[in-house]
Amino acid sequence: MEKFTTLTAIAAPLPLANVDTDKIIPARFLKTIRRSGLGVHLFDTLRYDEQGAERPDFVLNRAPYRGAQILIAHENFGCGSSREHAPWALLDFGIRAVIAPDFADIFHNNCFKNGILPIRLPREICDALMEDVRQGDNARLTIDLARQVVVRPNGEAVAFEIDPFRKHLLQNGLDDIGQTMAHVGAIDAFEQKRAASQPWLPKIALA
Amino acid sequence: MSGPRTLFDKIWDAHVVERLPDGTCLLYIDRHLVHEVTSPQAFEGLRAAGRRVRRPEATIAVADHNIPTSGRGGGITEPESRLQVETLEQNVAAFGVPYFPVLDERQGIVHIIGPEQGISLPGMTIVCGDSHTSTHGALGALAFGIGTSEVEHVLATQTLLQKRARNMRIEVAGRAPAGTSAKDIILAIIGEIGTAGGTGHVIEFTGAAIRALDMAGRMTVCNMAIEAGARAGLIAPDETTFDWIKGRPYAPEGADFAAAVSYWRSLASDRGAAYDKTVRLDAAAIAPMVTWGTSPERVAPITGAVPDPEAEPDPAKRAEIARMLAYMGLRPGQKLAEIPVDVVFIGSCTNGRIEDIRTAAAIARGRRVAEGVRALVVPGSGLVKKQAEAEGLDRILVEAGFEWREPGCSMCLGMNPDQLTPGQRAASTSNRNFEGRQGPGGRTHLVSPAMAAAAAIAGRLADAREFM
Repeated sequence: MEKFTTLTAIAAPLPLANVDTDKIIPARFLKTIRRSGLGVHLFDTLRYDEQGAERPDFVLNRAPYRGAQILIAHENFGCGSSREHAPWALLDFGIRAVIAPDFADIFHNNCFKNGILPIRLPREICDALMEDVRQGDNARLTIDLARQVVVRPNGEAVAFEIDPFRKHLLQNGLDDIGQTMAHVGAIDAFEQKRAASQPWLPKIALA
Repeated sequence: MSGPRTLFDKIWDAHVVERLPDGTCLLYIDRHLVHEVTSPQAFEGLRAAGRRVRRPEATIAVADHNIPTSGRGGGITEPESRLQVETLEQNVAAFGVPYFPVLDERQGIVHIIGPEQGISLPGMTIVCGDSHTSTHGALGALAFGIGTSEVEHVLATQTLLQKRARNMRIEVAGRAPAGTSAKDIILAIIGEIGTAGGTGHVIEFTGAAIRALDMAGRMTVCNMAIEAGARAGLIAPDETTFDWIKGRPYAPEGADFAAAVSYWRSLASDRGAAYDKTVRLDAAAIAPMVTWGTSPERVAPITGAVPDPEAEPDPAKRAEIARMLAYMGLRPGQKLAEIPVDVVFIGSCTNGRIEDIRTAAAIARGRRVAEGVRALVVPGSGLVKKQAEAEGLDRILVEAGFEWREPGCSMCLGMNPDQLTPGQRAASTSNRNFEGRQGPGGRTHLVSPAMAAAAAIAGRLADAREFM
């Protein structure tokens, strides 16, 4: 996983609430056995018409947002399915951070596993940031994870909250399976205790 | 933790392996359900790191999302879908994971077969790379969907790193009127609290109307807890639960069953347990429901009409409603019961159980699917299909003009051959009405099995009570 430290990049405004995971990546593109290559289908139905041509009015089809690495949206971003293809598609397109008033739980969690930083900020601030980045080419935002701030083009720093454990993993690009493996002794002990206290817990063994 | 605890608190506390300094917990996972879509990259990760599956005997795999629901014997013709299923088969063989093959009668939708086999039991932690894992909460298990990185984490460690969710209680008091089903109850709840109403919470469903539901109905309710944004849905296990589990293939037997039941009984929320949020609904006021928009919260009783966006004061919401009506091809004020349908889909992890098929068949009996309507009935598992056929339900449905198909996710998600074409309108017993969910440009109205069967007969959205 790539580390996340600071990011200065173009941010794309997507003023929609309840952007669901089918909108981020429709199910017909989930038939892959890889993580990469999904960026071309990101927001497929918003981005392309029935003939597969780009819809010129969609934000990621317009300059400078075609090169956006930050996305700003409205409430309940990423609702719906658990498909990690949603953050994979965002990442493959180049998005490293999503700013919204709130996120659906599973999507929020999946972002951290892929080095994408989801930032919760109040609706008014999201709207103000969207206004900033509508100013065109020079309207870049800076995200500084160590300081936990989003810096607006006018220099104002907006603070955000993040879980310290997740911040640590993101800053260091750590694989959390590796972290958990350090607790393998505790897992062994837990299993032994469970086997003694609930001996009736069935095992799945197929004939 | 001392003091009165909720059902969620008790299951959580019983599975904490370790608590890290910032409060993140290493949570033990009892059951891991694996399917073909969200697992290939996880197995690839294990392989790359030289890791094994820690507890194959706590894991079960099945293919459901991709597989066609007809012509099974001939294999999967679509190359990408075939590759995904073949990859699953190679992975389960390489890592020693139990698997129900496509032609096994136990194959089916992962959330149907877990409870059906007794693999999912009360008090367990159950995960799957699928958001509708919340279904298993109907048994009184803490069950939730995870992403592929977490699938890999569970395969490797049998644990997950988790922050404790908050407790929410939704009490559905009173008695549901005749013709109001579990699906109507959960749609009414989502309409009330919204698709983010449960975010960050585990919802425990309580109250007389929930207690009165059979297990199929409870699974329908918990299935759609995710559509209310919740991490999981839960219903306290009771006699209905224990009777339903007894005798299932992987359930404990004899003295073990008795010991298990005595533990399961202790899981119910304590009197005085605190919830962070409580919502109360009166079941008596819930009529058969239908969604009119492209979010499950956009729902109304079948006796109602399509809303007028101009009546919405918030400009962002007004624009959202207008966009939905444009996508759905509906006019403000249009009566819901006058909207014609092209397709009816009865099935999915929400409503693909034997009880759902019985309900549909009771309405179909002696009637005909309307001219020009395609109506599919897709059992949730091979065993549901077998049971329905033993009861003669397939004949009733086929005589009425319904298609009787092989088990799988089918038209719920637009990933296998069962899809809507652009502009087609469906009455569907599935769980999501997002744009393009059932196929690009498809229009979905979420309803109960009775409402879906009634729509098939009427050729339009219809009040199922008129067909009972």
